Amino acid sequence: MIDYGFTEEQLMIQELARQIAEEKVRPLRAKLDEEGTHSPELMKILAESDLFAIFIPEEYGGLGGGALELCIVTEELSKVCGGVAVSYAATALGAYPIIIGGSEEQKKKYLPAIASGETLAAFGITEPNAGSDAGGTETTAVKDGDSYILNGSKIFITNGGVADTYTVIAMTNRSKGARGASAFILEKGMEGFEFGKEEDKMGIRASATRELVFTDCRVPAENLISREGMGFVLAMKTFDHSRPGIGAQAVGIAQGALNEAVEYASGRIQFGQPISSFQAIRHLIADMATKIEAARNLVYRAAAVVDSGAKNMSKISAMSKLFASEVAMEVTTNAVQIFGGYGYMREYPAEKFMRDAKITQIYEETSQIQREVIGLETIKEAKSRAKK
Amino acid sequence: MKIVVCIKQVPDTTEVRINPETNTLIREGVESIINPFDLYALEEGIRIKEKTNGEVIALTMGPPQAENALRDAIALGCDSGILLTDRSFAGADTWATSYTLSRGIRRIGEVDLIICGKQAIDGDTAQVGPGIAEMLDIPCITYVKKIDEIDGEHIRARRMMEGGHHLIEGSLPALITVVKEINEPRMPSLRGKMRAKKEEIIRYSAADIACEVDRIGQMGSPTVVEKIFAPPARDKGMMIKGEPPAAAAKLVSELKAKGVLL
Repeated sequence: MIDYGFTEEQLMIQELARQIAEEKVRPLRAKLDEEGTHSPELMKILAESDLFAIFIPEEYGGLGGGALELCIVTEELSKVCGGVAVSYAATALGAYPIIIGGSEEQKKKYLPAIASGETLAAFGITEPNAGSDAGGTETTAVKDGDSYILNGSKIFITNGGVADTYTVIAMTNRSKGARGASAFILEKGMEGFEFGKEEDKMGIRASATRELVFTDCRVPAENLISREGMGFVLAMKTFDHSRPGIGAQAVGIAQGALNEAVEYASGRIQFGQPISSFQAIRHLIADMATKIEAARNLVYRAAAVVDSGAKNMSKISAMSKLFASEVAMEVTTNAVQIFGGYGYMREYPAEKFMRDAKITQIYEETSQIQREVIGLETIKEAKSRAKK
Repeated sequence: MKIVVCIKQVPDTTEVRINPETNTLIREGVESIINPFDLYALEEGIRIKEKTNGEVIALTMGPPQAENALRDAIALGCDSGILLTDRSFAGADTWATSYTLSRGIRRIGEVDLIICGKQAIDGDTAQVGPGIAEMLDIPCITYVKKIDEIDGEHIRARRMMEGGHHLIEGSLPALITVVKEINEPRMPSLRGKMRAKKEEIIRYSAADIACEVDRIGQMGSPTVVEKIFAPPARDKGMMIKGEPPAAAAKLVSELKAKGVLL
């Protein structure tokens, strides 16, 4: 067992998350995947075990943990079901704009209920015409007295419909381009805020993915986070914090797939011996294990950098998500390969991991965008080194 | 309400293997867990405590490492844990164990309800719960699948039977043993685990619980476990297939050949 230098508390968190994943999530995962349903019961169990409190500061009812603790839980849950894991992690994503840029009143109002798991949270930025190109945001927020009127829609929002608290990015001043976006806190039930289409997904089917629709939705001005124009800055900072979490989800999915594949290979007899005794399989397993370990360490390091309060964490944060998601896709594909024909059948767990892994290369910024971030940062660093 | 839940630390017998030479349990490297039935007892105790604003104490008799089981119980929501530990408790059978636990409960003081799991998965006798009740001379309801009513004075519970239940009323203090049907045990919480780590576990030795020395441990045990072994592996047996008349004829001739039928 590799020692990652976790504190006693982190080990406790890991042990608890693992226990919940094994005892409570595993028995339900096939059914949730089949039906494509989100499980409020499982969210309640996570809440009662204080897992949502982990990423909320102590002053607001949380346990004051950071990105690393979030990664630990997300990884353990993902080893069993990436869909349940992302319902958990997406709540952190929805809470981060408030934690990072919210006022004292906003934090006091919204964070305690998230910490107790009483309400889930969601982050709404993606739109039909604004995916990688956040500049294409069309949802508008027009100031009207002491409120803003929101019009537009968001798509593919994790926890859409099941969360009570939503942090949403809308344009307050389109003429200012990227500096014209603002972040707002919305509550389920606000007039003019409705839910549209529920998506039928390839993977992470145990999470709710839904459209948010704003029709003359009146949001109190006190629900604006920070100042007008800070929307994309807050979104970028939010992603910096949450990217290692997606990396952790990818690592967990990969590890879960490898665990099942190794168990299968140890028992499957062909040509008179377990297939794990054949070099082709053994070397495949070795490559899978090594890449997962590399991804895990990069994710933990990125999380530690985020928690250290470093000013510039975009590059390592992007690297962790990029590498881990590519590893997850490769490992889960090879896990199906190891299972052979059985791997292709839905009765066996292998194919679900592969379907679940794909999204980690796409959401919270695609692998292509991550490469842009990493490339640009690397070149910028070289330039500033050259200047010295 | 003051509730005591008696728990036992046992080997995780889903993992246990039998030594093929000696036919006994291989205990080395086997993890210790809270006896699974006791988890249901703990859950019930914690639920009653939450409803009545009461107190739940986890009690166990065991070696020093049984402290971990008590900490796990605190992580679930028990207020405190008490460990009865002493060299002289060793080798106790269910009679001596019941006596020792009953002395521990006397030491705790005025208790309203004692809850035990139906049986321990290593001994499987189901004797200690009723044994404690006898020693304390209090009503005992076994195999409880639901508590219908409980207040400071009475308890009304359903004892699970095949195909139904008995509705039993008793006065408090009382002892109940519970079955899995009674509830769904909760997961520990992080705050619970953190508290459990810091909590001081009270330890009572034989001297602390005013017990008679010839009623505890091996000395107080009328029975002795000589050996635990797995029965010889059964072979697969014979499958008789075919149409019923022919199969019946074959069955009869096989039974005659074995001397079962004359």
